[in-house]
Amino acid sequence: MFDQLQTLIWIIIKITVIVLPLLILVAYVTYAERKVIGYIQVRVGPNRVGLKGLLQPFADLIKLVFKEIVVPSRSNPYLFIIAPILSLVPALIAWAVVPFSDGLVLSNINAGVLFLFAVSSLSVYGVLVAGWASNSKYAMFGALRSAAQTVSYEIAMGFSLVGVLMAAGSMNLSQIVAAQSGGIWQWYFLPLLPLFVVFWISGIAETNRAPFDLVEGESEIVAGFHVEYSGVGFALFFLAEYASMVLISVLLSLFFLGGWLSPFEGIPGIEKLFAWIPGFAWLFIKTAFFLFVYIWIRATFPRYRYDQLMRLGWKVLIPVTLVWIAVLGILIKCHCPPWFAI
Amino acid sequence: MLEHYFPILVFVAMAFAFGIVLVTAGRLSGGRNPDSEKNSPYECGFSPFESARLPFDVRFYLVAILFIIFDLETAFLFPWALAIRTIGWFGFIAMALFLGLLVIGFIYEWKKGALEWE
Repeated sequence: MFDQLQTLIWIIIKITVIVLPLLILVAYVTYAERKVIGYIQVRVGPNRVGLKGLLQPFADLIKLVFKEIVVPSRSNPYLFIIAPILSLVPALIAWAVVPFSDGLVLSNINAGVLFLFAVSSLSVYGVLVAGWASNSKYAMFGALRSAAQTVSYEIAMGFSLVGVLMAAGSMNLSQIVAAQSGGIWQWYFLPLLPLFVVFWISGIAETNRAPFDLVEGESEIVAGFHVEYSGVGFALFFLAEYASMVLISVLLSLFFLGGWLSPFEGIPGIEKLFAWIPGFAWLFIKTAFFLFVYIWIRATFPRYRYDQLMRLGWKVLIPVTLVWIAVLGILIKCHCPPWFAI
Repeated sequence: MLEHYFPILVFVAMAFAFGIVLVTAGRLSGGRNPDSEKNSPYECGFSPFESARLPFDVRFYLVAILFIIFDLETAFLFPWALAIRTIGWFGFIAMALFLGLLVIGFIYEWKKGALEWE
Protein backbone atom coordinates (compact mmCIF):
# COMPACT_ATOMS: atom_id res chain seq x y z
CA MET A 1 0.00 0.00 0.00
CA PHE A 2 2.72 2.45 1.02
CA ASP A 3 4.78 1.44 -2.01
CA GLN A 4 1.91 2.11 -4.39
CA LEU A 5 1.27 5.50 -2.82
CA GLN A 6 4.93 6.34 -3.25
CA THR A 7 4.81 5.37 -6.93
CA LEU A 8 1.69 7.46 -7.43
CA ILE A 9 3.25 10.52 -5.82
CA TRP A 10 6.40 10.01 -7.89
CA ILE A 11 4.28 9.88 -11.08
CA ILE A 12 2.41 13.04 -10.08
CA ILE A 13 5.73 14.83 -9.50
CA LYS A 14 6.98 13.73 -12.92
CA ILE A 15 3.79 14.93 -14.62
CA THR A 16 4.10 18.30 -12.87
CA VAL A 17 7.71 18.55 -14.04
CA ILE A 18 6.48 18.02 -17.62
CA VAL A 19 3.37 20.21 -17.52
CA LEU A 20 4.73 23.28 -15.71
CA PRO A 21 7.60 24.02 -18.14
CA LEU A 22 5.19 23.25 -20.98
CA LEU A 23 2.74 25.88 -19.74
CA ILE A 24 5.52 28.43 -19.31
CA LEU A 25 6.78 27.59 -22.80
CA VAL A 26 3.24 28.02 -24.18
CA ALA A 27 2.98 31.41 -22.45
CA TYR A 28 6.23 32.53 -24.04
CA VAL A 29 5.28 31.16 -27.46
CA THR A 30 2.32 33.56 -27.42
CA TYR A 31 4.71 36.33 -26.41
CA ALA A 32 7.21 35.34 -29.12
CA GLU A 33 4.43 35.23 -31.68
CA ARG A 34 3.33 38.78 -30.93
CA LYS A 35 6.91 40.01 -30.80
CA VAL A 36 8.09 38.26 -34.01
CA ILE A 37 5.00 39.24 -36.00
CA GLY A 38 5.43 42.73 -34.62
CA TYR A 39 8.98 43.01 -35.91
CA ILE A 40 8.05 41.42 -39.26
CA GLN A 41 5.41 44.13 -39.66
CA VAL A 42 7.86 46.84 -38.47
CA ARG A 43 6.18 47.31 -35.07
CA VAL A 44 7.67 46.59 -31.63
CA GLY A 45 5.00 44.28 -30.25
CA PRO A 46 4.17 44.17 -26.51
CA ASN A 47 6.74 46.17 -24.51
CA ARG A 48 4.94 47.65 -21.53
CA VAL A 49 4.44 44.90 -18.91
CA GLY A 50 7.79 44.08 -17.31
CA LEU A 51 11.17 44.36 -19.00
CA LYS A 52 10.56 44.48 -22.79
CA GLY A 53 7.06 43.14 -22.19
CA LEU A 54 8.31 39.84 -20.79
CA LEU A 55 5.51 39.66 -18.22
CA GLN A 56 2.79 40.20 -20.85
CA PRO A 57 1.63 36.52 -21.00
CA PHE A 58 1.03 36.47 -17.23
CA ALA A 59 -0.86 39.75 -17.38
CA ASP A 60 -3.05 38.21 -20.09
CA LEU A 61 -3.64 35.08 -18.03
CA ILE A 62 -4.62 37.05 -14.91
CA LYS A 63 -6.94 39.22 -16.98
CA LEU A 64 -8.66 36.16 -18.52
CA VAL A 65 -9.15 34.43 -15.16
CA PHE A 66 -10.92 37.49 -13.77
CA LYS A 67 -13.25 37.88 -16.76
CA GLU A 68 -16.84 36.71 -16.59
CA ILE A 69 -17.61 33.36 -18.27
CA VAL A 70 -20.59 34.29 -20.42
CA VAL A 71 -22.85 31.32 -21.13
CA PRO A 72 -25.12 32.22 -24.07
CA SER A 73 -28.84 31.88 -23.35
CA ARG A 74 -29.53 29.43 -26.19
CA SER A 75 -26.52 27.20 -25.55
CA ASN A 76 -26.35 23.81 -23.87
CA PRO A 77 -24.64 25.05 -20.70
CA TYR A 78 -23.00 21.80 -19.57
CA LEU A 79 -21.54 20.94 -22.95
CA PHE A 80 -20.51 24.57 -23.30
CA ILE A 81 -18.46 24.42 -20.10
CA ILE A 82 -17.00 20.95 -20.81
CA ALA A 83 -15.84 21.69 -24.38
CA PRO A 84 -12.69 23.70 -23.49
CA ILE A 85 -11.63 20.97 -21.05
CA LEU A 86 -12.21 18.34 -23.75
CA SER A 87 -9.91 20.18 -26.11
CA LEU A 88 -7.22 20.82 -23.48
CA VAL A 89 -6.93 17.23 -22.19
CA PRO A 90 -5.72 15.59 -25.47
CA ALA A 91 -3.24 18.43 -26.02
CA LEU A 92 -1.73 17.72 -22.60
CA ILE A 93 -1.82 13.93 -22.30
CA ALA A 94 0.01 13.42 -25.60
CA TRP A 95 3.11 14.58 -23.70
CA ALA A 96 3.06 11.38 -21.64
CA VAL A 97 4.95 9.46 -24.33
CA VAL A 98 7.25 12.22 -25.62
CA PRO A 99 10.90 11.47 -24.73
CA PHE A 100 12.95 14.57 -23.90
CA SER A 101 16.29 12.81 -23.91
CA ASP A 102 17.60 9.25 -23.83
CA GLY A 103 15.38 7.51 -21.25
CA LEU A 104 13.82 10.77 -20.08
CA VAL A 105 10.15 9.94 -20.69
CA LEU A 106 7.08 9.58 -18.47
CA SER A 107 5.84 6.26 -19.88
CA ASN A 108 8.04 4.46 -22.34
CA ILE A 109 5.27 2.46 -24.05
CA ASN A 110 5.90 0.43 -27.18
CA ALA A 111 2.79 1.74 -28.94
CA GLY A 112 3.88 5.37 -28.55
CA VAL A 113 3.12 6.46 -32.10
CA LEU A 114 -0.26 4.73 -32.02
CA PHE A 115 -1.08 6.49 -28.75
CA LEU A 116 -0.12 9.87 -30.22
CA PHE A 117 -2.17 9.23 -33.34
CA ALA A 118 -5.22 8.27 -31.24
CA VAL A 119 -4.91 11.19 -28.85
CA SER A 120 -4.43 13.76 -31.60
CA SER A 121 -7.65 12.49 -33.22
CA LEU A 122 -9.52 13.17 -29.99
CA SER A 123 -8.82 16.90 -30.12
CA VAL A 124 -11.54 17.36 -32.76
CA TYR A 125 -14.24 16.56 -30.17
CA GLY A 126 -13.52 19.67 -28.12
CA VAL A 127 -13.95 21.85 -31.18
CA LEU A 128 -17.11 20.07 -32.40
CA VAL A 129 -18.75 20.11 -28.97
CA ALA A 130 -17.88 23.80 -28.56
CA GLY A 131 -19.41 24.67 -31.94
CA TRP A 132 -22.54 22.65 -31.30
CA ALA A 133 -23.08 23.76 -27.69
CA SER A 134 -22.67 27.47 -28.51
CA ASN A 135 -25.73 27.37 -30.78
CA SER A 136 -24.37 30.29 -32.78
CA LYS A 137 -24.06 30.24 -36.56
CA TYR A 138 -20.43 31.32 -36.64
CA ALA A 139 -19.45 28.75 -34.05
CA MET A 140 -21.34 26.02 -35.90
CA PHE A 141 -19.63 26.77 -39.23
CA GLY A 142 -16.26 27.04 -37.57
CA ALA A 143 -16.72 23.64 -35.93
CA LEU A 144 -17.87 21.99 -39.17
CA ARG A 145 -14.93 23.40 -41.08
CA SER A 146 -12.55 22.37 -38.36
CA ALA A 147 -13.85 18.80 -38.24
CA ALA A 148 -13.62 18.35 -42.03
CA GLN A 149 -10.16 19.92 -42.15
CA THR A 150 -8.71 17.97 -39.23
CA VAL A 151 -10.09 14.72 -40.57
CA SER A 152 -8.72 15.33 -44.08
CA TYR A 153 -5.23 16.22 -42.98
CA GLU A 154 -5.10 13.43 -40.45
CA ILE A 155 -4.98 10.93 -43.31
CA ALA A 156 -1.92 12.54 -44.86
CA MET A 157 -0.36 12.73 -41.40
CA GLY A 158 -1.08 9.05 -40.73
CA PHE A 159 0.46 7.99 -44.03
CA SER A 160 3.64 9.95 -43.37
CA LEU A 161 3.83 8.30 -39.94
CA VAL A 162 3.60 4.93 -41.71
CA GLY A 163 6.75 5.93 -43.61
CA VAL A 164 8.55 6.73 -40.36
CA LEU A 165 7.48 3.38 -38.88
CA MET A 166 8.73 1.54 -41.96
CA ALA A 167 12.12 3.20 -41.72
CA ALA A 168 12.47 2.81 -37.95
CA GLY A 169 10.74 -0.55 -37.51
CA SER A 170 9.36 0.52 -34.13
CA MET A 171 6.48 2.51 -32.63
CA ASN A 172 8.47 3.45 -29.54
CA LEU A 173 9.52 7.08 -29.84
CA SER A 174 12.88 6.57 -28.13
CA GLN A 175 13.69 3.73 -30.54
CA ILE A 176 12.66 5.84 -33.52
CA VAL A 177 15.20 8.46 -32.43
CA ALA A 178 17.83 5.78 -31.71
CA ALA A 179 17.33 4.43 -35.24
CA GLN A 180 18.44 7.82 -36.58
CA SER A 181 21.77 7.88 -34.76
CA GLY A 182 25.03 7.98 -36.66
CA GLY A 183 25.20 11.51 -37.99
CA ILE A 184 23.04 14.16 -39.56
CA TRP A 185 22.72 12.27 -42.87
CA GLN A 186 21.04 9.40 -41.02
CA TRP A 187 18.17 11.62 -39.85
CA TYR A 188 14.92 10.76 -41.56
CA PHE A 189 14.40 14.16 -43.14
CA LEU A 190 16.72 13.01 -45.95
CA PRO A 191 15.36 9.57 -46.96
CA LEU A 192 11.80 10.60 -46.05
CA LEU A 193 11.97 14.15 -47.41
CA PRO A 194 8.47 14.15 -49.06
CA LEU A 195 6.92 12.66 -45.92
CA PHE A 196 8.71 15.25 -43.77
CA VAL A 197 7.21 18.07 -45.84
CA VAL A 198 3.75 16.45 -45.82
CA PHE A 199 3.89 15.90 -42.05
CA TRP A 200 4.96 19.49 -41.54
CA ILE A 201 2.15 20.93 -43.70
CA SER A 202 -0.52 18.68 -42.24
CA GLY A 203 0.76 19.44 -38.75
CA ILE A 204 0.12 23.13 -39.41
CA ALA A 205 -3.35 22.27 -40.77
CA GLU A 206 -4.13 19.96 -37.82
CA THR A 207 -3.45 22.72 -35.32
CA ASN A 208 -5.63 25.11 -37.36
CA ARG A 209 -2.84 27.61 -37.78
CA ALA A 210 -2.29 30.12 -40.57
CA PRO A 211 -2.42 29.71 -43.56
CA PHE A 212 -4.97 26.99 -42.77
CA ASP A 213 -6.83 28.90 -40.04
CA LEU A 214 -10.19 28.93 -41.82
CA VAL A 215 -11.64 27.62 -38.59
CA GLU A 216 -11.17 30.99 -36.97
CA GLY A 217 -10.80 33.14 -40.07
CA GLU A 218 -11.50 36.48 -38.43
CA SER A 219 -12.52 38.20 -41.65
CA GLU A 220 -15.38 35.79 -42.40
CA ILE A 221 -16.53 33.81 -39.36
CA VAL A 222 -14.99 36.06 -36.69
CA ALA A 223 -13.42 33.55 -34.31
CA GLY A 224 -15.02 30.33 -35.48
CA PHE A 225 -15.89 27.72 -32.89
CA HIS A 226 -14.82 29.78 -29.88
CA VAL A 227 -16.69 32.97 -30.81
CA GLU A 228 -19.00 32.64 -27.76
CA TYR A 229 -16.23 31.88 -25.26
CA SER A 230 -14.91 34.43 -22.82
CA GLY A 231 -12.57 34.35 -19.86
CA VAL A 232 -11.15 30.99 -18.85
CA GLY A 233 -13.04 29.06 -21.57
CA PHE A 234 -11.21 31.10 -24.20
CA ALA A 235 -7.93 30.74 -22.31
CA LEU A 236 -8.24 26.94 -22.33
CA PHE A 237 -8.82 26.81 -26.11
CA PHE A 238 -5.85 29.10 -26.56
CA LEU A 239 -3.72 26.91 -24.30
CA ALA A 240 -4.78 23.77 -26.16
CA GLU A 241 -3.97 25.28 -29.55
CA TYR A 242 -0.50 26.40 -28.51
CA ALA A 243 0.25 23.18 -26.61
CA SER A 244 -0.56 21.19 -29.76
CA MET A 245 1.64 23.55 -31.79
CA VAL A 246 4.55 22.78 -29.46
CA LEU A 247 3.65 19.09 -29.65
CA ILE A 248 3.73 19.05 -33.47
CA SER A 249 7.11 20.84 -33.39
CA VAL A 250 8.53 18.29 -30.95
CA LEU A 251 7.17 15.39 -33.04
CA LEU A 252 8.73 16.84 -36.20
CA SER A 253 12.07 17.01 -34.38
CA LEU A 254 11.73 13.47 -33.00
CA PHE A 255 10.56 11.80 -36.20
CA PHE A 256 12.64 13.60 -38.80
CA LEU A 257 15.43 15.63 -37.20
CA GLY A 258 16.91 13.06 -34.86
CA GLY A 259 15.28 14.29 -31.63
CA TRP A 260 17.95 14.84 -28.99
CA LEU A 261 20.84 13.69 -31.21
CA SER A 262 23.57 16.19 -31.91
CA PRO A 263 23.82 17.34 -35.54
CA PHE A 264 27.63 17.04 -35.31
CA GLU A 265 27.58 13.33 -34.49
CA GLY A 266 30.17 11.39 -36.45
CA ILE A 267 32.12 14.44 -37.60
CA PRO A 268 35.60 14.14 -36.06
CA GLY A 269 36.76 17.19 -34.10
CA ILE A 270 33.51 19.18 -34.07
CA GLU A 271 31.69 16.29 -32.38
CA LYS A 272 33.94 16.60 -29.29
CA LEU A 273 33.59 20.38 -29.30
CA PHE A 274 29.80 20.18 -28.85
CA ALA A 275 29.71 17.03 -26.69
CA TRP A 276 28.94 19.04 -23.53
CA ILE A 277 25.52 20.14 -24.80
CA PRO A 278 22.87 17.85 -23.23
CA GLY A 279 20.38 16.02 -25.42
CA PHE A 280 17.28 17.92 -24.40
CA ALA A 281 18.98 21.18 -25.36
CA TRP A 282 19.29 19.92 -28.95
CA LEU A 283 15.65 18.84 -28.88
CA PHE A 284 14.69 22.28 -27.57
CA ILE A 285 16.66 24.07 -30.30
CA LYS A 286 15.01 21.98 -33.02
CA THR A 287 11.55 22.51 -31.49
CA ALA A 288 12.16 26.25 -31.22
CA PHE A 289 13.09 26.31 -34.91
CA PHE A 290 9.79 24.71 -35.93
CA LEU A 291 7.84 27.03 -33.61
CA PHE A 292 9.57 30.03 -35.15
CA VAL A 293 8.64 28.81 -38.64
CA TYR A 294 5.00 28.48 -37.45
CA ILE A 295 5.01 32.18 -36.56
CA TRP A 296 6.96 33.16 -39.65
CA ILE A 297 4.44 31.37 -41.91
CA ARG A 298 1.57 33.08 -40.14
CA ALA A 299 3.13 36.48 -40.77
CA THR A 300 3.94 35.74 -44.41
CA PHE A 301 1.19 33.75 -46.13
CA PRO A 302 -2.41 34.75 -46.86
CA ARG A 303 -5.18 32.40 -45.79
CA TYR A 304 -6.21 29.50 -48.05
CA ARG A 305 -9.69 29.30 -49.55
CA TYR A 306 -11.69 26.30 -48.35
CA ASP A 307 -11.73 24.47 -51.70
CA GLN A 308 -7.98 25.07 -52.07
CA LEU A 309 -7.43 23.63 -48.61
CA MET A 310 -9.40 20.49 -49.43
CA ARG A 311 -7.68 20.11 -52.77
CA LEU A 312 -4.23 20.37 -51.17
CA GLY A 313 -5.13 17.77 -48.57
CA TRP A 314 -6.79 15.18 -50.75
CA LYS A 315 -5.26 15.69 -54.19
CA VAL A 316 -1.66 16.63 -53.37
CA LEU A 317 -0.59 15.42 -49.94
CA ILE A 318 -2.30 12.00 -49.95
CA PRO A 319 -1.01 10.95 -53.42
CA VAL A 320 2.51 12.13 -52.49
CA THR A 321 2.53 10.02 -49.34
CA LEU A 322 1.08 6.97 -51.12
CA VAL A 323 3.78 7.12 -53.78
CA TRP A 324 6.54 7.59 -51.24
CA ILE A 325 5.33 4.66 -49.12
CA ALA A 326 5.58 2.44 -52.22
CA VAL A 327 9.06 3.79 -53.06
CA LEU A 328 10.17 3.36 -49.46
CA GLY A 329 8.88 -0.21 -49.37
CA ILE A 330 10.94 -1.12 -52.42
CA LEU A 331 14.04 0.66 -51.04
CA ILE A 332 13.76 -1.25 -47.76
CA LYS A 333 13.09 -4.57 -49.46
CA CYS A 334 16.11 -4.14 -51.76
CA HIS A 335 18.32 -3.08 -48.77
CA CYS A 336 19.20 0.08 -50.62
CA PRO A 337 22.26 1.86 -49.13
CA PRO A 338 23.07 4.26 -47.48
CA TRP A 339 19.93 4.32 -45.29
CA PHE A 340 18.38 0.89 -45.51
CA ALA A 341 21.43 -1.37 -45.81
CA ILE A 342 20.23 -3.67 -43.02
CA MET B 1 3.29 -4.52 -19.54
CA LEU B 2 0.18 -2.62 -18.43
CA GLU B 3 1.98 -0.77 -15.66
CA HIS B 4 3.62 1.36 -18.37
CA TYR B 5 0.17 2.74 -19.13
CA PHE B 6 -0.62 3.66 -15.52
CA PRO B 7 1.21 7.04 -15.68
CA ILE B 8 -0.93 7.90 -18.70
CA LEU B 9 -4.10 7.22 -16.69
CA VAL B 10 -2.80 9.49 -13.92
CA PHE B 11 -1.94 12.10 -16.53
CA VAL B 12 -5.50 11.99 -17.97
CA ALA B 13 -6.96 12.44 -14.48
CA MET B 14 -4.58 15.32 -13.75
CA ALA B 15 -5.31 17.03 -17.07
CA PHE B 16 -9.07 16.88 -16.39
CA ALA B 17 -8.48 18.15 -12.84
CA PHE B 18 -6.37 21.01 -14.18
CA GLY B 19 -9.09 22.05 -16.63
CA ILE B 20 -11.84 21.79 -14.03
CA VAL B 21 -9.83 23.79 -11.49
CA LEU B 22 -9.19 26.56 -14.02
CA VAL B 23 -12.83 26.74 -15.10
CA THR B 24 -13.99 26.78 -11.48
CA ALA B 25 -11.49 29.51 -10.66
CA GLY B 26 -12.80 31.55 -13.58
CA ARG B 27 -16.36 30.92 -12.49
CA LEU B 28 -15.63 32.04 -8.93
CA SER B 29 -13.43 35.04 -9.66
CA GLY B 30 -15.10 36.22 -12.84
CA GLY B 31 -18.39 37.28 -11.29
CA ARG B 32 -21.75 36.92 -13.02
CA ASN B 33 -23.68 39.76 -14.49
CA PRO B 34 -26.23 38.30 -16.92
CA ASP B 35 -27.95 40.51 -19.43
CA SER B 36 -30.33 39.33 -22.14
CA GLU B 37 -28.42 41.19 -24.88
CA LYS B 38 -25.02 40.00 -23.72
CA ASN B 39 -26.15 36.38 -23.44
CA SER B 40 -27.76 36.20 -26.88
CA PRO B 41 -25.72 34.39 -29.58
CA TYR B 42 -23.26 36.60 -31.41
CA GLU B 43 -24.36 37.51 -34.91
CA CYS B 44 -22.43 40.66 -35.83
CA GLY B 45 -24.88 42.96 -34.06
CA PHE B 46 -28.06 41.49 -35.57
CA SER B 47 -30.64 39.83 -33.37
CA PRO B 48 -30.27 36.08 -33.97
CA PHE B 49 -33.33 35.08 -36.00
CA GLU B 50 -33.30 31.29 -36.02
CA SER B 51 -31.52 28.32 -34.51
CA ALA B 52 -27.92 27.82 -35.61
CA ARG B 53 -28.49 24.09 -36.01
CA LEU B 54 -29.35 24.31 -39.68
CA PRO B 55 -28.90 21.44 -42.12
CA PHE B 56 -25.34 21.57 -43.46
CA ASP B 57 -23.68 20.76 -46.75
CA VAL B 58 -23.67 17.07 -47.70
CA ARG B 59 -19.99 17.36 -48.66
CA PHE B 60 -18.98 17.41 -45.00
CA TYR B 61 -20.70 14.05 -44.69
CA LEU B 62 -18.89 12.75 -47.76
CA VAL B 63 -15.53 13.80 -46.33
CA ALA B 64 -16.37 11.90 -43.14
CA ILE B 65 -17.12 8.72 -45.09
CA LEU B 66 -13.93 8.99 -47.16
CA PHE B 67 -12.00 9.59 -43.95
CA ILE B 68 -13.23 6.33 -42.43
CA ILE B 69 -11.97 4.33 -45.42
CA PHE B 70 -8.56 5.97 -45.46
CA ASP B 71 -8.13 5.93 -41.71
CA LEU B 72 -8.81 2.19 -41.70
CA GLU B 73 -6.19 1.88 -44.39
CA THR B 74 -3.67 3.64 -42.14
CA ALA B 75 -4.65 1.33 -39.30
CA PHE B 76 -3.91 -1.68 -41.56
CA LEU B 77 -0.62 -0.16 -42.70
CA PHE B 78 0.75 0.40 -39.18
CA PRO B 79 1.50 -3.26 -38.30
CA TRP B 80 2.68 -3.96 -41.85
CA ALA B 81 5.13 -1.05 -41.66
CA LEU B 82 6.60 -2.42 -38.43
CA ALA B 83 6.99 -5.95 -39.78
CA ILE B 84 8.17 -5.10 -43.30
CA ARG B 85 11.68 -6.47 -42.70
CA THR B 86 10.45 -9.85 -41.46
CA ILE B 87 7.42 -10.69 -43.63
CA GLY B 88 9.39 -11.28 -46.82
CA TRP B 89 8.28 -10.58 -50.38
CA PHE B 90 4.95 -12.40 -49.91
CA GLY B 91 3.79 -9.98 -47.21
CA PHE B 92 5.09 -7.05 -49.21
CA ILE B 93 3.19 -8.01 -52.36
CA ALA B 94 0.01 -8.80 -50.41
CA MET B 95 -0.02 -5.29 -49.00
CA ALA B 96 0.90 -3.84 -52.41
CA LEU B 97 -2.21 -5.52 -53.88
CA PHE B 98 -4.36 -4.14 -51.06
CA LEU B 99 -2.92 -0.66 -51.54
CA GLY B 100 -3.40 -1.00 -55.30
CA LEU B 101 -7.11 -1.74 -54.82
CA LEU B 102 -7.48 1.32 -52.62
CA VAL B 103 -5.62 3.47 -55.12
CA ILE B 104 -8.09 2.33 -57.80
CA GLY B 105 -10.91 3.36 -55.45
CA PHE B 106 -9.18 6.68 -54.84
CA ILE B 107 -8.85 7.35 -58.59
CA TYR B 108 -12.55 6.47 -59.03
CA GLU B 109 -13.55 8.96 -56.31
CA TRP B 110 -11.36 11.58 -57.88
CA LYS B 111 -12.88 11.05 -61.35
CA LYS B 112 -16.42 11.01 -59.88
CA GLY B 113 -15.72 14.42 -58.38
CA ALA B 114 -16.12 13.40 -54.74
CA LEU B 115 -13.04 15.46 -53.89
CA GLU B 116 -14.30 18.66 -55.56
CA TRP B 117 -15.33 21.64 -53.46
CA GLU B 118 -16.53 23.99 -56.16
